[in-house]
Amino acid sequence: MSLAIKGTVYGTLLNFRAEYEAWAPHMHEAPYKAPPKAPVLYLKPANTWSGDGASIVVPRGTEQIEIGATLGLVMKAPGQVGSLVLMNDWSIPHTSYYRPPVKFKCLDGFLGIGSPVNAQGLDPRALAIEVRVNDRLRQTVRFDDLVRTPAQLLADVSEFMTLGTGDVLLLGLAAERPLARAGDIIDISSEPLGRLRQQLVAEAA
Amino acid sequence: MKHARVNYQGRVRQAVERDGQLLLDDGSMLAFDAVEWLPPLAPVDTPRTILALGLNYADHAKELAFKAPEEPLVFLKGESALNGHRQKTRRPAGVDFMHYECELAVVIGRTAKKVRRDDAYDFIAGYSVANDYAIRDYLENWYRPNLRVKNRDGATPLGPWLVDAKDIANPMALALQTTVNGRVTQSGNTKDMIFDVPFLIEYFSSFMTLRPGDLILTGTPDGVVDCRPGDVVVTEIEGVGALMNTIE
Repeated sequence: MSLAIKGTVYGTLLNFRAEYEAWAPHMHEAPYKAPPKAPVLYLKPANTWSGDGASIVVPRGTEQIEIGATLGLVMKAPGQVGSLVLMNDWSIPHTSYYRPPVKFKCLDGFLGIGSPVNAQGLDPRALAIEVRVNDRLRQTVRFDDLVRTPAQLLADVSEFMTLGTGDVLLLGLAAERPLARAGDIIDISSEPLGRLRQQLVAEAA
Repeated sequence: MKHARVNYQGRVRQAVERDGQLLLDDGSMLAFDAVEWLPPLAPVDTPRTILALGLNYADHAKELAFKAPEEPLVFLKGESALNGHRQKTRRPAGVDFMHYECELAVVIGRTAKKVRRDDAYDFIAGYSVANDYAIRDYLENWYRPNLRVKNRDGATPLGPWLVDAKDIANPMALALQTTVNGRVTQSGNTKDMIFDVPFLIEYFSSFMTLRPGDLILTGTPDGVVDCRPGDVVVTEIEGVGALMNTIE
């Protein structure tokens, strides 16, 4: 696959303030017992990578999957952001954040990857992503109300692991994630970062 | 055959074990302590997927006060977590409980998608030993075990060898043990896995494609203890190898 990403892609849970606040009343309940302290991350392995124009298979038994429009920080050196990239972090909807979400987030094709754009002069907090399903605007994702700003997130993650050259750190997902089903065409776009268009198809019988 | 990957005189070389020494790809023979050992894996074009199991031995699940899982508890780690044989792993300052986990590592040899368990062994290139260190102080109940516990730089030693699959007659009946400064602290057998290797390949490949070079770390049995700076930890699996690591 000739995608422009070479490193490991890490996603971030609960980094949009709206979702964090919705969860806050339950954070002291079982099984969580306490709010998260360090950033909560997950991986999107290489089998999930898919490009513009790709068809993403909705597995049998799953009616709809979540559209996870987000931005990725691509490292040009450890701790240094070189470019930004539009991504669609697809998920099977799940209501528990207790166990790692491998079977919900690591299906083939479940990370749509746009074209990286030089980060110089771009502030991710000022960017918006428009999400369209079958050409109808369904959501505008803004990055101006995060639990950890991009710089803070990067610093807090780097406290326990190195993001090396080419690695990608996603800024998180909005509280509301539109759903889409087989047959839908999903288009996410952001003025300076371009567009990523993918379609959902049903799993062959 | 037992394959290694080493750094010698500033170059990365392939090697195999021969009569208690390393036979390099240029024909030279070297002692085990003459080289820097790397994880015994050929480079891949895209980041390798490293799947790791939690609570996959009934006794360890009991030790950690959980009931045995009904489906595999799996987490992923990045390649920067890997480390070589005879290397050092850092214990962060101020923590109370850092423990090793001796694990049979399965290296995928062929692209695996929707593989049936009866065919699973055909998709394995070989086996290695992993030591999947955990810093329990950092455990949180969000996507547990969280990456701060399990994805630290160099905190997953792997090696010394990649042993060809055909040289391991039955990977589901291998004794494994860990010693700390020469004292046995953990012992078990791969026959006690809750989800065995063919099951795991069938399960993972049912929803994600595994590629050559991907890894499955199959979990650890009972007997994990705290390790301190200076401790020498050897995780060993019968017929696969003895992986040495020093805490710093």
